[in-house]
Amino acid sequence: MPDLLIELFSEEIPARMQARAAADLKRLVTDGMVEAGLTYGSATAFSTPRRLALAVEGVLAESPATREERKGPRTDAPEKALEGFLRSTGLTKDQLEARDDKKGQVWFAVIARAGRPAGEIIAEVLSDTIRNFPWPKSMRWGAGSLKWVRPLQSILCVLSDEAGAAIVDFEIDGFKPGDTTQGHRFMAPGPIRVTGFDDYAAKLRAAHVVLSAEDRAEAIWHDATQLAFAQGLEVVEDKGLLNEVAGLVEWPVALMGAIDTDFLELPAEVLQTSMKEHQKFFSVKDKRGKITHFITIANRETADNGATILAGNQKVLSARLADAKFFWENDLRVASVDITQWTDALANVTFHNKLGSQQARIKRVSKLAREIAPLVGADADEVQTAALVAKADLSSEMVYEFPELQGIMGEYYAQKAELSDEIAAAAREHYQPLGPSDDVPSAPVSVAVALADKIDTLTGFWAIDEKPTGSKDPFALRRAALGVIRLVLEHDLRSSTLDLMDVHLQLVKKSRSETSTAQKRKAVNEAQEKGVGPSFVTTGPYLTAKSDFDGRFVDTIALDLLAFIHDRLKVFLRDKGIRHDVIDAALAMPNADDLTLLVKRAEALQTFLGTEDGENLTQGFKRAHNILKQAEEKDGVEYSYGPDPKLAEAGAETDLFKALDAVEAVIATAMKKEDFGAAMAAMATLRGPVDAFFEGVQVNAENAILRRNRLNLLHRISETCLSVADLTRIEG
Amino acid sequence: MAAIERPKSFQDIILRLQSYWAAKGCAILQPYDMEVGAGTFHPATTLRALGSKSWAVAYVQPSRRPTDGRYGENPNRLQHYYQYQVLIKPSPPDLQDLYLGSLEAIGIDMDMHDIRFVEDDWESPTLGAWGLGWEVWCDGMEVSQFTYFQQVGGHDCKPVSGELTYGLERLAMYVLGVDHVMEMPFNDPQTEIALSYGDIFKQTEQEYSRWNFDVADTDVLLQHFVDAEAECARILDTDAKDPKTGKHIVMAHPAYDQCIKASHVFNLLDARGVISVTERQAYIGRVRTLAKACADAFVTTEAAGANVT
Repeated sequence: MPDLLIELFSEEIPARMQARAAADLKRLVTDGMVEAGLTYGSATAFSTPRRLALAVEGVLAESPATREERKGPRTDAPEKALEGFLRSTGLTKDQLEARDDKKGQVWFAVIARAGRPAGEIIAEVLSDTIRNFPWPKSMRWGAGSLKWVRPLQSILCVLSDEAGAAIVDFEIDGFKPGDTTQGHRFMAPGPIRVTGFDDYAAKLRAAHVVLSAEDRAEAIWHDATQLAFAQGLEVVEDKGLLNEVAGLVEWPVALMGAIDTDFLELPAEVLQTSMKEHQKFFSVKDKRGKITHFITIANRETADNGATILAGNQKVLSARLADAKFFWENDLRVASVDITQWTDALANVTFHNKLGSQQARIKRVSKLAREIAPLVGADADEVQTAALVAKADLSSEMVYEFPELQGIMGEYYAQKAELSDEIAAAAREHYQPLGPSDDVPSAPVSVAVALADKIDTLTGFWAIDEKPTGSKDPFALRRAALGVIRLVLEHDLRSSTLDLMDVHLQLVKKSRSETSTAQKRKAVNEAQEKGVGPSFVTTGPYLTAKSDFDGRFVDTIALDLLAFIHDRLKVFLRDKGIRHDVIDAALAMPNADDLTLLVKRAEALQTFLGTEDGENLTQGFKRAHNILKQAEEKDGVEYSYGPDPKLAEAGAETDLFKALDAVEAVIATAMKKEDFGAAMAAMATLRGPVDAFFEGVQVNAENAILRRNRLNLLHRISETCLSVADLTRIEG
Repeated sequence: MAAIERPKSFQDIILRLQSYWAAKGCAILQPYDMEVGAGTFHPATTLRALGSKSWAVAYVQPSRRPTDGRYGENPNRLQHYYQYQVLIKPSPPDLQDLYLGSLEAIGIDMDMHDIRFVEDDWESPTLGAWGLGWEVWCDGMEVSQFTYFQQVGGHDCKPVSGELTYGLERLAMYVLGVDHVMEMPFNDPQTEIALSYGDIFKQTEQEYSRWNFDVADTDVLLQHFVDAEAECARILDTDAKDPKTGKHIVMAHPAYDQCIKASHVFNLLDARGVISVTERQAYIGRVRTLAKACADAFVTTEAAGANVT
């Protein structure tokens, strides 16, 4: 069976797009082949900065012939039905066969397709693939109309078997496939003829091109670590950078150089970020963890073993770091004189055009952080100061240059401003946790600011109705919600999340209406200047819809936000192994906006259900609950009138009354103390009496009075259990 | 490849680029006689990238970025500097090789250096233009911008132009091995009256830095902006039929001059620090509106290959 080799050779493809493009090429070509009946053994795709390649082994020499019969409308059916059938089969009426069917004559279409040679199919599939390739951004060039990520230079497409290699023939926008490629742009220029994949890979390697991105990454990492190791140094690991650099070179050569001593006093994060972002350098640290060297990956070998290349890179780095040092020193000067200059400047920086300036946001956050302070055992004044300066570094020159250093620089600058270590740490830590695996801050001041920051973000975007939809979450609100959940749970914070959000939401709305009033005034002024009437300027009033939650009337938007947080909490708890029905049961209990309480309930319930008593009692509860509900439905009454122990039969029924008396008292006390474990343990002791009751006592007694009393007794069992957990939501 | 003799001076590099691109068939134009922020603003690029007619030009363009002024102290930041600009339409299939040839011509030995094409998408919000391409690195230093124009002034570029922009001072400092721009030899250092870049530009950098940052009259500048904007619109609103000659004359270039003027005035206002973050966007939008209107006008002219009756 033949093998297929495709190479799309172009001008330099952006590194970040290569892996995805290789995968897309494989998917589109192989899917297209299979759809046309051309199956294959295996397929592998490759990418370098200048080429996408695909090797498909064991391709059918031709697609199998097919014969398909399709039943159409009856011969006496209306013309319309026949037309539709002809359209869908692509046949004409005289090509149809009329056959006898149970209900008369029916049209049949027999569609026979002859097998087609592989080359013909591949030519079609590949031109379609090239024409419709899903590049994130593509372009035209020259006078052509074809689109590719950068100008396409040549197409290689050969089918090869024992008999030899044949070029697959087609034409697309002036390009005709051939059997030649090119090696390294500088080290091995000129065309290379190939006969198949093995030949191709071997000749490319000889022409200084490593075809596989994984191989290049591996070689880079190996050489880099060896270079560093030889001088007693260590490369700082960076998977993202490694993959990116592997996409910038075809023939990687690692070169190591020292950072000029003038710059070694810059913070490690600054050195690392500047080298990575601007130069794509790896950072290299010494035994004490200090960054002293860099490694750059060149795309070639030279006669002087890279000395010229390294010297050039070193020079560029020094110029870059001179800039960084300039920013650092200027920033330190501002921080030591008056860091509030920076926070004042944030009045002119828009956070979001519907949510006002960064400064307005910081003021809201500091107010909320102050409210949260006592909950986390932090000093309210210190928390307020921390919140006010936590984002000051957004005005600094360094963060302007490297936005990813926000917070990190904030800590350095707050230290320089002689603020307390707790306040300085909060500047960095209040952004945390940045993801599911990032640490949650533990210092109380940081916790208060971090929580306030996230709640402000959430309420803000909820207030302007910018919620995440599907895969779109441009403001990282899911991450913010998870942050709230983890901050609350990891520190056992006890508070009504809903009340915090509801109160804060009103603050957001107030600051929003101030902003929009100012905007409106400005818009009206401008309109008048232009001589346009102000009527087109509309800013609606803020209507607050209220909803009920546990008897509290709160803003409907806050309630909707709580539902979002509950959704994230479900995901979070499910990942921790808590059953979804257990979570639902816990959510149905009062004060579900107290997340710590909610999780305590869920955990206790999960433990309870894991015991034999727990499982059986749940069955008993459900039996009681079902009988009761059926009877209530049938009789049209509620059996919620307390049962009378005097009517109980001796034995199981009397015992159940006694057990309930005892257990209810224990449960009431335990629930008051929020000791859900104890409450559930007490509830579990009902298992025996409940089982015995169902065993020995007939609920639907002949005597109507007894029956009513027993149904009331079932109600009492049900109520007792429901006061601990909503067992109706437990499955199974 | 035999190594080419190293250039001796800044002007040597410029002259070599001129001869190289002339030999490759480009018309060597002279700088545009107005203040612009980059070589792209030259109408030979902005307007001529539009329309169906073939085009191949190269030129030096003095460029001004008032906010980059450092009083001549910074080793590589200047408020006035030179760009070398090449524009070829349609972009030839071997443009990358042509470009690499130009680096060789100015003394960069391809066997010793590491040249890379690193993704860099170009966008000019003021010109309503964008293209895809790279920044070209030589041993980690950005030496040129390489762009395939896709749109200018909101119009699709058909055919596509290939644009090369060399930052001349930075490139020359690298080739000549100079650390401070002011120390770079402008003419042959062996010549009797040897002049450095600093001899020529140190004082002007100081003078303009002061004027740009502190002295330029912002009220006057604001008025200039409004005037240029109005004049641009008035020119384009004028009936294309010239009553004097009876000819159909769309005045796209004079209108575009006003757009260039507005853009530069905006840059000066920005350097004076009188434009807030929100206003910035609005100003950029106003210049873009002018650029689009000029592009709209240009594509109707003969120079753009339009059928003018």
